[in-house]
Amino acid sequence: MNEELLNILQTLVTSSSPLVIAALGETITERAGVVNLSLDGSITLAAAVGFIAAVGSGSTLIGILAAMLTGALVALIIVVADIELKQDQVAIGFVLTLLAASLAQFIGQSYTRVRGPELPFVSLTFLKDIPFLGPVFFTDHNPLVYVSFILVFATWWWMFRTRPGLALRAVGERPESAFARGTNVNRLRYIYTLVGGALVGLAGAAYSLSIKPGWTNPPAMRGDGWIALAIVIFGGWHPFRVVLGAYLFAGLRAISSAIQRSPDVQIPLVLINALPWLLMIGTLLLVSSGAIERLLRALPRSAQVWTRNILRSDPPAALGTRFEEH
Amino acid sequence: MEIELQHIHKRFGRVHANNDISMKLRGGRIIGVLGENGAGKSTLMKILSGYQPADSGAILIDGREVDYHGPQAAIAVGVGMLQQDPLDVPAFTVVENFLYGQPPAMTRREARAKLAQISREFGFELDPETPSARLSIGQRQQLEIVRLLALGVRTLILDEPTTGISAQQKTILFDALQALSREQGMTVLLVSHKLEDVIALCDEVVVLRAGRLVGDKMMPATKAELVQLMFGQEIAPQERSSGHIGDAVLELDSVTIQDRRVRVESLSMNVRAGEVIGLAGLDGSGQEALMRACVGLINVAGGRVRLNGRDLTRQSYRDRMHAGLAFSAAGRLEEGLVAGLTLTEHMALMDNSRAMIDWPAARQLSGKQIERYNVRGRAEDRIETLSGGNQQRWLMALLPEQPRVMILEQPTRGLDIDSARWVWQLLLDRRAHGTAIIFNSPDLDEIVTYSDRIIVFFAGRFHVIEDASTATVDALGHLIGGNFEEAAR
Repeated sequence: MNEELLNILQTLVTSSSPLVIAALGETITERAGVVNLSLDGSITLAAAVGFIAAVGSGSTLIGILAAMLTGALVALIIVVADIELKQDQVAIGFVLTLLAASLAQFIGQSYTRVRGPELPFVSLTFLKDIPFLGPVFFTDHNPLVYVSFILVFATWWWMFRTRPGLALRAVGERPESAFARGTNVNRLRYIYTLVGGALVGLAGAAYSLSIKPGWTNPPAMRGDGWIALAIVIFGGWHPFRVVLGAYLFAGLRAISSAIQRSPDVQIPLVLINALPWLLMIGTLLLVSSGAIERLLRALPRSAQVWTRNILRSDPPAALGTRFEEH
Repeated sequence: MEIELQHIHKRFGRVHANNDISMKLRGGRIIGVLGENGAGKSTLMKILSGYQPADSGAILIDGREVDYHGPQAAIAVGVGMLQQDPLDVPAFTVVENFLYGQPPAMTRREARAKLAQISREFGFELDPETPSARLSIGQRQQLEIVRLLALGVRTLILDEPTTGISAQQKTILFDALQALSREQGMTVLLVSHKLEDVIALCDEVVVLRAGRLVGDKMMPATKAELVQLMFGQEIAPQERSSGHIGDAVLELDSVTIQDRRVRVESLSMNVRAGEVIGLAGLDGSGQEALMRACVGLINVAGGRVRLNGRDLTRQSYRDRMHAGLAFSAAGRLEEGLVAGLTLTEHMALMDNSRAMIDWPAARQLSGKQIERYNVRGRAEDRIETLSGGNQQRWLMALLPEQPRVMILEQPTRGLDIDSARWVWQLLLDRRAHGTAIIFNSPDLDEIVTYSDRIIVFFAGRFHVIEDASTATVDALGHLIGGNFEEAAR
């Protein structure tokens, strides 16, 4: 296999890992019926806080924990505003996006171009020797990339294979039915919004402690939060498809920067930069056009059973709604 | 299991939904809970099954006072309720719905086995891997019953279980309820306003009126006696109506409709002036699709729609309204009206003739319509603060006075008997002036009473009953279950 191609794919897996983590976090939150729209802001803020904590303590682990806490705190504001204060999730989330992003720039100011600790690169024994998969997925990645792999399977397993996973999905689909079965709807929404928020924070740490190390102004990860939100929709709220979406987008971005470097192509730079976003809109349209729904119907019945979860593209039915017991 | 209710009170704002209700319910019997819409039956049952707390009063089970919070706690003492719209999760498969809520130790394999075992016992046919969203209401009820029984429920409450299910499903349901009470000694509470069902099934009845317990009676009893108890007076049954039927106004020429749930293939029909056409069928069998295709809310996949000879097939909803159609949706607050707007604002919304709003005119017109349609509400009230019956009246007040064809989705949905009769009085009056009416309803009584012709739908197939006076509720019940061949014989 072409050495260069393997390198490109390996870089792709690294650079898309924060998107994977953030989109999985948002998937979990939205599956419970809550929209955390603040992603773009909270990733940035978590990246700044994580970096500052790592510089201050000299430990990347402290940095990671601080970033996760930051993401969870922003999520906490949303869920408290929703459940206790009965405010609109989308409005609060949007305001928090702006607030968190500005706050990040403010606290990050004096850390611009400061060198801080970075996550080590690790290869996994045995696994790295598998042909093709080894060099791409298991060689020279920071530990959070491996965490993202584990998260994909763990999220899927939790949602579709465990009893608490049933309750998680039910709360986002039809909270009245969950209540009838003794589930504490709002408590689960608290828990999963915080878990999702912590993962969004983790994505921020992945940027500032490894992928785009340090702090710059404007922040290097700006815009990726919105992409993560789009990937959740593209992924039909299913962990496996979400990962696919994250890799697809990272791939598009890699292609556009390859075109940019190539001297023979005469396309305006602005257009090239916009390319991944345009393609993303295109794929989103395709996914939501009902084409998948038709494909699903054409399959034989036995195949429908296991493809239904992974191919469906309807949002959780109670997404963004408030639940009150009486 | 013996249940005793003592002095139950429940208020919603100014409405006293349950007013000092006390009763004793003995085990091993099927008890009918009777009363018209708004009498407080559902509220009382929700209190008994833990869905709502009472304001005051006590519930005693086998002589011991229980105080539970939430339906799960009620199930733990053996009381389970099947809601009118069964509380499943549509995105879950049958087995997932069954498993969710069972003791944590139960595995998927055990759930499958138990589901199959209880289903077999009652002749329910539930495929464990089908998503609940694809089940009929009757099947979703069966699923909930199986689920509640597996949880060890000894008292089963059913809220209007016979609305929207076929006659076959009703037979299976009634057999199951009888087996549960006679053979297993369970208490079954059947909340219903359908007297035929109560007479066929119940051992005794309790009757609620305006929040109070007004009587109880051991069965058998005649329909007249039950009506007397429910309303405090005798009510003459509504006469079958007939009027002058004129020429064809709306022509459907081999119309084919494809929507998300159903496909209706080449339906041809002439709707004549002054004719009432009732559409029967289980939810999503094609009747809703047909109505929406007529007014242009969904596109037809083939065929032509003509009004007075004019081809409307490619016209928009708005153009069709101008051409003389009128439409009202079943979801009053979701589609028909705009929650948050006042009655006057609704009136102003109807006038598209100028750029600026003529408020004095809108206010004046609202006042006039409020009086004419006997709406209990003021012009400046927001629409969602009105009762369902008054919302429906306002919806009617907004429709054009004398359209060629009125297409009405469930015009009496959720209305009490007085409001429902008022609506039909109005519709029959319009029809006497030559307006044709197409409507659907899950209430087969309503269809038999008011229709001149009936079209029965089942999974997109249809069967036309040319003379509705030959139709009976029972026969329609079998037809909506898909028994077209039998009807043809």
